[in-house]
Amino acid sequence: MHWFANPARFIRLADKILPLTLPLTVGLLAVGLYLALVASPADYQQGDTVRIMYIHVPSAYMALFCYMIVAAAGFSTLVWRHPLADVAGKAAAPIGLAFTGLALVTGSLWGKPMWGAWWVWDARLTSVLVLFFLYLGYMAIWGAFEDRSKAARAAAILALVGVINIPIIKFSVDWWTTLHQPASLFRADGPSIDPSMRPPLYVMLAAFQFYFFTVFLWRIKGELAAIRLNALRYAGEAPRSASPKEEQP
Amino acid sequence: MLAAFFSLILRDMRLGYAQGGAAGLVIAFYAITISLFPFGVGPDAEILARIAGGVLWIAALLAALLSLDRMFQADFEDGSLDSLTLGPLPLSLVALAKALAHWLSMLLPLVILSPLFGLMLHLDGASMRVVLIALLVGTPALSLIGAAAAALAVAVRRGGALIALLVLPLYIPTLIFGVGAVEAVSGLGSVSANMSFLGSLSLIFAVLGPLAAGGALRLALE
Repeated sequence: MHWFANPARFIRLADKILPLTLPLTVGLLAVGLYLALVASPADYQQGDTVRIMYIHVPSAYMALFCYMIVAAAGFSTLVWRHPLADVAGKAAAPIGLAFTGLALVTGSLWGKPMWGAWWVWDARLTSVLVLFFLYLGYMAIWGAFEDRSKAARAAAILALVGVINIPIIKFSVDWWTTLHQPASLFRADGPSIDPSMRPPLYVMLAAFQFYFFTVFLWRIKGELAAIRLNALRYAGEAPRSASPKEEQP
Repeated sequence: MLAAFFSLILRDMRLGYAQGGAAGLVIAFYAITISLFPFGVGPDAEILARIAGGVLWIAALLAALLSLDRMFQADFEDGSLDSLTLGPLPLSLVALAKALAHWLSMLLPLVILSPLFGLMLHLDGASMRVVLIALLVGTPALSLIGAAAAALAVAVRRGGALIALLVLPLYIPTLIFGVGAVEAVSGLGSVSANMSFLGSLSLIFAVLGPLAAGGALRLALE
């Protein structure tokens, strides 16, 4: 893994991968959306509303996947001090936040016709909402520090505390909703999905996954460029302000 | 090492009650927050009794939050934290001692006073006992989770608002089981199961909270 530690080498590798993932993302998304919105059958109970699921389920999956990336990046920041890990964590978090938001919004749009309410304090909705807050906290930590390496480690600590908490939160929210709500609401997660609905869902899952990798690599490249720009700017300014009084160790 | 640990707890508690300490303020904040609820939902005794458990817990959460930024901030600013690193205690144990002192000086008084406020919210006797025990078992988790967030925020200038964003999502499980225990009195679920979960949360975070806080403090002191 330390082979990637050299940013220039990583960028070269990313430039080789991106021309593959970008067309794959666009292609899969086009096929997936066609299958999901046009070719697949409407549900016998839910009608066309079921098509929201083809966006919703991959979003919810990506919301968790991105947090796992963030947490893994945090772990390798703290344990191995891997120089690209903090860049990866910072790059993945806003993507995860966006997918979490998308999962909440599509869930809400689906909930209105199905449950008759924009928002229901259902176990999974509530857990995803908490995940949304965890992402916000992680990104706030990144924004709060002036020193980059400190921000990276503080964010990593928070990501790890968060990832240990996710199962606890999930469990407690499940416990809470079984206490408060009648089970009749959970009609939707009962029966296994109809075979005709599987291909579009799988294609959309793959499309979202490749979308993530593409944007993830873009954001890492951008972040590396920003770091390099900062370093250059600092190096350029240093001689000018090099009066002996101002010099700080 | 044990002597250093306990003397740090005692020092922090004394500071909490000294002039300029926050313990009195936190109790006043708790009382005022609770008395806002009757204005918000109306003075109807039935409604108040129904929500009393949740009100007491949320007020305790907010009171804990209010006092968190004092846990390390003052010691960081006047350099006491630096001298603590020279002592025999590793930073994670410093954090544990300070979290325990926070609980003893800020939250324990609230727990002891909570039956009084429960009475004002028309909570019945059986529920009141459960609330008292649940707060006693569950609030240590608030101080211990808070220690990690407070330590992260200490490295940031003006980290106060950041603490709320970091810590409140992590308080949700404690809130759920705390209120669950009270609800269980009127028949939904089991009191002892909720109490067990509250206790295990406090124990889990007795390990995780100080570990994370220690790492964050090391960062702040660089």
